Amino acid sequence: MATEHYSQDSTGKVPLWRQPTFRAIVFQVLLVLCILAFGNFLLSNTLQNMEQRGITTGFGFLDNAAGFGILQSLIPYDETYTYGRTFVVGLLNTLLVAALGIFFATFLGFFIGVARLSHNWLVARLATVYIETFRNIPLLLQIMFWYFAVLRPLPLPRQSLSIGDAVFLNNRGLFVPRPIAEDGFGLVVAALLLAIVGAVVLARWARKRQEASGQQFPTGLSAFALIVGLPLLTYWVSGSPLHWDNPVLGGFNFRGGLEVIPELAALVLALSIYTAAFIAEAVRSGIQSVSHGQTEAAYALGLRPRVTLKLVIIPQAMRVIIPQLTSQYLNLTKNSSLATAIGYPDLVNVFAGTTLNQTGQAVEVIAMTMGVYLLISLVISLFMNWYNKRNQLVER
Amino acid sequence: MQATRYVMGLGAALMLSGAVNAGATLDAVKSKGFVQCGVSTGLPGFSSADDKGRFTGIDVDMCRAVAAAIFGDAEKVKYNPLTAKERFTALQSGEIDMLPRNTTWTYTRDTSLGLNFTGVNYYDGQGFLVTKNLGVKSALEMDGASFCIQAGTTTELNLADYFRSNKMNYTPITFDTSDQTIKAFEAGRCDALTSDQSQLYALRIKLSDPKSAVVLPEVISKEPLGPVVRQGDDEWFNIVKWSLYAMVNAEELGVTSANVDEMKAGSADPNVRRLLGVEGVKGEWMGLPDDWGYNIIKQVGNYGEAFDRNVGAGSALGIARGLNALWSKGGLQYAPPIR
Ligand SMILES: N[C@@H](CCC(=O)N[C@@H](CS)C(=O)NCC(=O)O)C(=O)O
Repeated sequence: MATEHYSQDSTGKVPLWRQPTFRAIVFQVLLVLCILAFGNFLLSNTLQNMEQRGITTGFGFLDNAAGFGILQSLIPYDETYTYGRTFVVGLLNTLLVAALGIFFATFLGFFIGVARLSHNWLVARLATVYIETFRNIPLLLQIMFWYFAVLRPLPLPRQSLSIGDAVFLNNRGLFVPRPIAEDGFGLVVAALLLAIVGAVVLARWARKRQEASGQQFPTGLSAFALIVGLPLLTYWVSGSPLHWDNPVLGGFNFRGGLEVIPELAALVLALSIYTAAFIAEAVRSGIQSVSHGQTEAAYALGLRPRVTLKLVIIPQAMRVIIPQLTSQYLNLTKNSSLATAIGYPDLVNVFAGTTLNQTGQAVEVIAMTMGVYLLISLVISLFMNWYNKRNQLVER
Repeated sequence: MQATRYVMGLGAALMLSGAVNAGATLDAVKSKGFVQCGVSTGLPGFSSADDKGRFTGIDVDMCRAVAAAIFGDAEKVKYNPLTAKERFTALQSGEIDMLPRNTTWTYTRDTSLGLNFTGVNYYDGQGFLVTKNLGVKSALEMDGASFCIQAGTTTELNLADYFRSNKMNYTPITFDTSDQTIKAFEAGRCDALTSDQSQLYALRIKLSDPKSAVVLPEVISKEPLGPVVRQGDDEWFNIVKWSLYAMVNAEELGVTSANVDEMKAGSADPNVRRLLGVEGVKGEWMGLPDDWGYNIIKQVGNYGEAFDRNVGAGSALGIARGLNALWSKGGLQYAPPIR
């Protein structure tokens, strides 16, 4: 451009401040500084105002004794623990629901998505009805529905439904024996790990062999036998180093054993069923995105339908499915905060609920809660992005 | 989520505004033309809306009294139904002007939240509601039982204290609103519902069969319930505080909504004349008209009337005056004199 020529000095160099890249960097740095300064102004002004209004600030409250009980905790907790501990208890409960929900929703979703494309008219219709029903009813209503649907028909603890003297079901939850490891149980765990490693090695070897020689190996079956068989064998050989703590009725409820509270059951049920409807649609769109010509080509090569699905269609469909799956996982995790409507002690119920109210430190508590949800979401999407990269078509 | 909205409101208010100053609340209330009042999401006798959306209750009467004192019109109130969790943030953020929502006066709340309690409009204590066929006569028999409670209340803390000091175990199931709490109790999720005793009577009438549940005799805590305002605006603090005192004084002096006109015109008792703004004291000391006390009694009634109508003998709850009788009748209700 003419002006550029004009501004060149005798040596032919463009001065620094005329260079577009340099100017861009300067402006960006200035912008970031402005944002930081503004943020700092807001923060200090907030703190100053809170102090002026007599509102206690800071994170010191995390060390104070909480003084209230929590329905379910995956780590030791009672009212003598601190508010900081309530944060961890709530967080773990949230992660538990999210993990269980993602697990069940994925299975159910894939199943229904495939069913919707079934050639069997009835199966396909049922899948459609499922999707249209559960996708279109507000999640909160579904949670409430399952909670009371689970709760109302169940008997009181003294009239529990039971299987033998070990499993009990009543309106306080499901009680099953809790396995308690004895000395030597480590061996069984080690055997399990060993079996998993063995299965992976086996799968690699089988794939290599098939690529080289075309010979197939029943990988799935043998891996399964390995993973189940080896630990069982170890368990038996090492003299059953495990005993079971059975729940027993005492006073108002069962003690001992492992307890699944109805709030957890209802929440996982509602979240999985709801999210599965969306996942099913993602799966359907993924499968339909693979052109029918591919199926025909596979059949022409003599592949059986199941093998075609596994080796030709699903790998290509995954590229379309995974990004949608990611956002469904994120939705499920965030939706789990509706837990508070039925009293499930998740992060929002325990920490952004009771702790916030008992300490009155709303700003700190909400900041921490939002930060954690952000972190969980980021971790999920980072993982899914990584997985997606691995599954993308490698153009050759 | 509603609670998040209040916290955001609080954040915004704190980030951008300057200091609060005395008189700010009254000025704001006068210019918008009504009192914004935070009440419960539905607790018969204390604050609940009927099918026409009209709020009634002993807490609602506090709002009405303040509106009557300021505007001479008890109807100039707007209500925000709040769960226990939301209430303090809503007040701190300026979303509401006052909070008469069966809220227990405690040290933490009074000193660390930037709030002030203006008095006690109901002396209460925590109790237990159980189904009759559970066959329990005392809370001490309830080792290992489950309790439905509400999040963010003193109830949660008292329950933990009580079981700890009696070396018993319990399971808390914590809900956001009283509606959810009572539904879960009815569905049999818990053995007992625990809350302030007055609220147990109020919630019991929401059961499909109120007779199926009984309130246990134990009272395990002190729950002085009273209206709350923001700290730092003494003028507003005075208005809410003296609105309650005017109602208590009126009961003591025998002034009712029925005879207040007659008393104003004819009473020779200087206490009555000061209460009704006929002589002696000036409303302007609180930024109000002189007849503020008259307006409260005329439109809302005295403390005894409010009690009877909402929670006492004249209501569905039928709670006895007990601790809430006047000091001269063996109770705790006592107001400093207006002079
Ligand atoms: N007085 C106690 C308890 C107050 C409370 O919220 N009690 C429940 C009784 S279950 C209630 O009034 N709920 C009404 C609502 O949720 O709006 C406190 O201040 O913490």
